Parts: sequence; structure tokens; C-alpha cells
Amino acid sequence: MTRMKSIGAAFAAVLLSSVAAHAGDVRIMWYSDGGEGAVIKDLLARFSKANPDVNVILDEVSYDVVKEQLPVQLEAGKGPDIARVTNLKAQAQHWLDLRPLLADAKYWDDNFGAQADWMRPDGSNAITGFMTQLTLTGGFVNKTLFEQAGVEIPGPKATWDDWAAAAKKVADSQKVFAMAIDRSGHRVSGPNISYGANYIAADGKPAPIDQGSKEFLSRFVKWNEEGIVNKDVWVSAAGTTYRAAAEDFINGGLAYYYSGSWQISGFAQKIGDSFDWVMAGSPCGTVACTGMQGGAGLVAVKYTKNPKDVAKVMDYLAGADVQKEFAERSLFIPAHKGVAAGQVDFKTDNPHVKAALKAFVESAAQTAAPAMRLPGWKWSDAYYSAIVARISQVIAGEMKLDDAYARIDEDIKAKVGAN
Amino acid sequence: MADATVSSKAPAKAGVRQALLAPVHLVMGLVDVPMRAWQKLTGLNGMAGIFLAPNMLIFSVFVLLPLVINFVYSTTSGSGVFLQNRTYVGAEQYRILFDCGSYLDPATCAADTFWAAVRNTAVFVVFQVSAMLIAALATALILNRELSNRGFWRAVFFFPVLLSPVVVGLIWKWILQRQGLLNYALSPFGFEPFSWLSDRFWAFFFAVFVSVWAHMGFYALILLAGLQAIPRDLYEAAAMDKASPTRIFRRITLPLLMPNLIVVLVLALIRAVQIFDEVFVLTGGGPGTSTMYITQFIYETGFASSLRNPGLASAASILMGIVLVILTLVQLAASGRNEKKAKRQ
Repeated sequence: MTRMKSIGAAFAAVLLSSVAAHAGDVRIMWYSDGGEGAVIKDLLARFSKANPDVNVILDEVSYDVVKEQLPVQLEAGKGPDIARVTNLKAQAQHWLDLRPLLADAKYWDDNFGAQADWMRPDGSNAITGFMTQLTLTGGFVNKTLFEQAGVEIPGPKATWDDWAAAAKKVADSQKVFAMAIDRSGHRVSGPNISYGANYIAADGKPAPIDQGSKEFLSRFVKWNEEGIVNKDVWVSAAGTTYRAAAEDFINGGLAYYYSGSWQISGFAQKIGDSFDWVMAGSPCGTVACTGMQGGAGLVAVKYTKNPKDVAKVMDYLAGADVQKEFAERSLFIPAHKGVAAGQVDFKTDNPHVKAALKAFVESAAQTAAPAMRLPGWKWSDAYYSAIVARISQVIAGEMKLDDAYARIDEDIKAKVGAN
Repeated sequence: MADATVSSKAPAKAGVRQALLAPVHLVMGLVDVPMRAWQKLTGLNGMAGIFLAPNMLIFSVFVLLPLVINFVYSTTSGSGVFLQNRTYVGAEQYRILFDCGSYLDPATCAADTFWAAVRNTAVFVVFQVSAMLIAALATALILNRELSNRGFWRAVFFFPVLLSPVVVGLIWKWILQRQGLLNYALSPFGFEPFSWLSDRFWAFFFAVFVSVWAHMGFYALILLAGLQAIPRDLYEAAAMDKASPTRIFRRITLPLLMPNLIVVLVLALIRAVQIFDEVFVLTGGGPGTSTMYITQFIYETGFASSLRNPGLASAASILMGIVLVILTLVQLAASGRNEKKAKRQ
């Protein structure tokens, strides 16, 4: 009988340990664009050494998991304790207010205050997390291809039409694709705004798609039809699936690639000295020469069982030294005000990387006001998604542009109505 | 000396085995006592219920309950997961799905992507099932012949069935992408690199081809079993009568293979209606929505898209479930009719 009791007790212990979260566990859902995963692991290892009572678990996942699976987990009241996400505002109701748990909330307000509103519910003063980096969309040029084709790289005030013409000359000469833009609504929104687009209506809800957006989107569709833009990127999936064209650029098959500053780390690792490349800012439309601001935020999730430990980890990661090291090693533009104001010594010998980072910082000053409002707007992602899904259908030849515009408005309206 | 070693190891081995089996004996012993008591109390008939209970419990929790929840979901709107956070809208989601100018033209429908997916699925089912039947039958007929290394060839045709659909999708994606193996193989013949999966026709062709390639081995095996069950003496008699191979196939092979063919047809139909994984990995549903099938529509609408609408996805899955039930009933009716016919003969 004693033997049976022991077996029963052991069985119960195993069962309980498999379902109960340990006090002190902090699970982080993390995705990487470049080499930042290795950097955060190092930083967290140091934290764990100094804080053995807190068990930090870093779950490295693909961006698709963060984009597609995390929202469902959050809606179910589950999820990790901390997550690295780009869709910050629309999911703000799921983030934990760290303000009462932080050692020095003023430090956070001073250094991360400029982007704090991107990740908290409207009208709140909650501190829910911080940006791991600031990003800006912009164009990358394969300088070697331009030189080989004998085509001059357009200047800083060049329009989208100028870039398309120049890139086409390179493509014809070098037998590569002229241009590519990531399959992402965020990516085409900078160019849309450059032509005068405004997504936000007076009441704060989504406005119908306007002439500014139509100006660029019609150009984009035409370039796809003419083979100037690599059509594969936008027709290689249905719905709102994200697709980057980074591999084509890395493989030297693309003259001009419109993406963003987060690609720099990956380019540094993968391109090496295969060819010369430069960052060339955002081309101009009729109204502005703007890219889109953004970035990935590290946010605390309110369903955590260990909020104090979560705050401890977040406080550590938000520290000025940690932020400086993270930015320098991961080659990201720091979001921390104090770090950004000081000397950031990016750890790379690659001259293209240093020049590109400098160019991104400089072009950030040109960001148009509507582009600056979008990261903190609840309906941004709904707008982006509708654009991607419908414009892809136009490029694939399933739909006319005017029908696509009508469908974009209907899709967004349905999304707003359902929430 | 050797004998001594063996004799000392044997009891040790038996001891280890006993120790390993001890927990099993313990569990069996624990189950045995109440079982015997229950048996004594109720008689043997009650035992069936006892053995069925765990299975029924699992079925209820993991199949029946989700079905009911899914139906309830289809009568609600909102992006919340918990029912209390969702708004009851009655048949509104079904109304949206059926709000159409013409069902043959998805562009006239409120849920245009849903009807595009329905149309795509219907076309896919027709082509894929026909191709699957022909390919599986031809393969089974070939493998049924006296080939040298017949076992090896059977394994070769069955091998893709063992692969995960995601692996199948990835392998073919690597072959078909612009810098893939197919373009590389065609380049010596002067072909320019072509984006096979960005062209509507070729994307559809390869969606059908890859799914037939991946699953054909399974259906060929069912047909092969049927072919081998046909008595040899029928063929010998036909040969003595100097019947042509075509006549033998039409008058002997095909009628006697019919039960297996019906099973293959219905299984292939049900699977084709549910197509998702390998095509999703291969084409992502593109170009545009040309290879987006119903299951992907449900996945996108319910989970993946930022324009997520779980209620609409639930309603679509209920409609798809109804189609699958109808197909299953057709299978049951066809099998029943076939059995009756066989008995009459």
C-alpha cells in the first residue's frame, strides 16, 4: 500500500509540474530580422546570471508566428509574458501597464516617451513597453549594378518615376529585376503619403482611399504589368501574407529594393563584399519624399502570472547601457532618447552599413506628418492588410483597379464595423 | 565458465523485465478490481459501455463540442475568442456569404474571396480527382504486372505518401521557383527563366500535379489490393477465348475493381475538397487568389489575416462541413448499392 501511495504521489507531482507555471518564469516571444536574436540572448544571459530567481525563456519564432498566431493567443487571454511585435496599437488592450511596477517610471517617460503612445490604448498614460529599434522605410540600391550599366544613381530629390526609369535601364542592361517592394501595406504607405495620401478621417476612423493613394498604387500596378517591379513578390501569396524581396537583393538580382532600415543587419551578414550597395532615402511623390516610421516594440503582456518579474526584465532591457549595446551590435537605430543623442558606435567594419545607418537617420527628418501618425493609429494594420490583399489581386489580373479601391474601402469598413 | 556467466545474467535480465513491467501490472490490477465488481453487478452487456465511455468522452470533447462551438461562433461577430465577448448576430454571417449578384461571378458577391475560393475548389476537385483516378489506376495496373523488382517499384510510388505535406510543398517550391531546378534544367535548351508559380495557369497546373504526385501512391495501393483479389482463372479463361486486352479490362478488371474505385473516388473527393497544406506552402494561394481554396479562406479569415473575422470563417466551415457530409453519404449509398449488386450476382 505504501508503494502504491508513493507511485501515486510521484504521478501527481509529474502531472502538476507539467501544467503549472513556475513562479519567476518570464517567457519572451521574439522574432529576428537579422542578427539581433544572438544579441538579446547574450544580454538575457547576463540578466539571468545576476537574477537567478527569475527564469527567462526566450522563444525565437518567425515573424509569421508573431503576426498570425500571437493575436489569436492574446484574444484567448493567453500568450507569452513579453512579446516583440510590430502591430502595437491595434493590440494595445492586451499589454500590461508597467508604470506601477517600474523602479523609475520617469526614466521610461524621458527616454521612450516619444513612442509610448504607439503601444498603449488611446487616452491612456500606461507604459506598456519600449521600441527595440526605430525603423524607417527606404530604398536600397545595388551600386555595382548601376555602375556596370553606366547609369547614374538618381539624386536625393528624385521622384518615384525617376527611380523607375533609372532602375529599368539597369535591369535591361544587366538582365536583373529593376525594382521590388515588399508585399506589405506598410511598405507602400510611405510612397502613398508622398503623393498626398491620408488614411485617417476627421473622426479618427479610416478614411476612404483617396487620390494620393491612387496616384502611387496605379503607378505600382503599371510597373508590375510592365515588368519593372518584380511581380513575383506581390502575387506569390493570397490574402495579407507578408513577403520580403530581400533575398533577390542579397543575390544581386535587383537594382533597387524598397524596404527598410531593419534589413541592414541581414545585408551586412549576407552580402558581405559581394557588391556595393547604398541606402538612397525615400523617393519623392508630388507632395513629399517620405518613408514610414515604425519598428518593433517589446511589450509586456497583461495575462502574465509574474508581472513583477516581467517588470524586472523589462527594466533591465530598457537600461541605457543595454540599449546602447543592443543597438550597436544589432545595427539598429536606437529608440532610447539618451542613447540616440549620444555616440552610437555600430559594431561593424562594413562601410556600406555605417553609411546606410547614417542615411536612414538623416532621412528620418523628412518623414511627413501623416506617416508619423500611422504607427500610433489603431486601424493602420487593417488599412495595410486591405491594400495588400486587393492590390495583389489587381497585379494578378483578377480585378480592375477601381474595383480594388472599392473593395479596400469595404474591407476596412467591415473590419471597423466588426470591432 | 561460459555457462556460469549465462546463468548469472539470465535471472538479472528477468529481474529487470519484471521491474519494467511492474507499473503495467499495477495499473492492470487497479483496473481489474472495479471491472470485476462492475461485471458482477451488471453482467457482461454493461462492459461495452465501460469500454466505449473513454472513447465517447474524447470524441465529445474534441469533436462534438468543437462542432457545436463552431456553429455558435457562426452566429456571432467580433474578433474576440470567448463567446461572452462576441455579439450574437443570428444568420448574418451566412447572409454575408450568400449575398451575391451571381454565384458564378465572385466579383458580384459581398464575400467575393469566399466565392472565388468555392469556384477554385470546384475546378480543382474536378481536375485533381480525375487526374488522381487515372494516375492511380494506371500505376496500379502497371505495378500488378510481373515486373522485376516489383517491391522496389511499389515502394517508389508509395514513397511520397510518407512525406509531410509541408515538405512536399517546399520541395516543389524549390523546384519551381524562378531560380529553381526546373528553370535550371530547361536553360540548356534556350528557355528563359520563368516564374511558374506567378502564372495563373501554371500555378493551378502544379497545384493539381503536386497533390496528385503526393497522394497517388495511397490510392494506387488500394486499387492494387483490388486487382490482386480478382481471381486469376477469369483472366486465363478470357485468354483462352482470345479476348483482347481492352475487352478484358472493360469486362473483367473494371467491373470487379468497381468497389475499390468507388472507395478511391470518394476518398479522393473528400481530400480534394479539404486541400490546403501542400498548395498553401507551394503557392500561398496566389497568384491573386487563383489557388486559394476553401480551407485557406477559412484559415485566412479566421486566424491569419489582420482583417480577421472568426464568425465568417465558422460559417464558411459549416457550409464546407455540409458538403463533406453529402459526399460521405454519397459514398455510403454507392458502397451499399455496390454490395447489394454483388450479392444479387
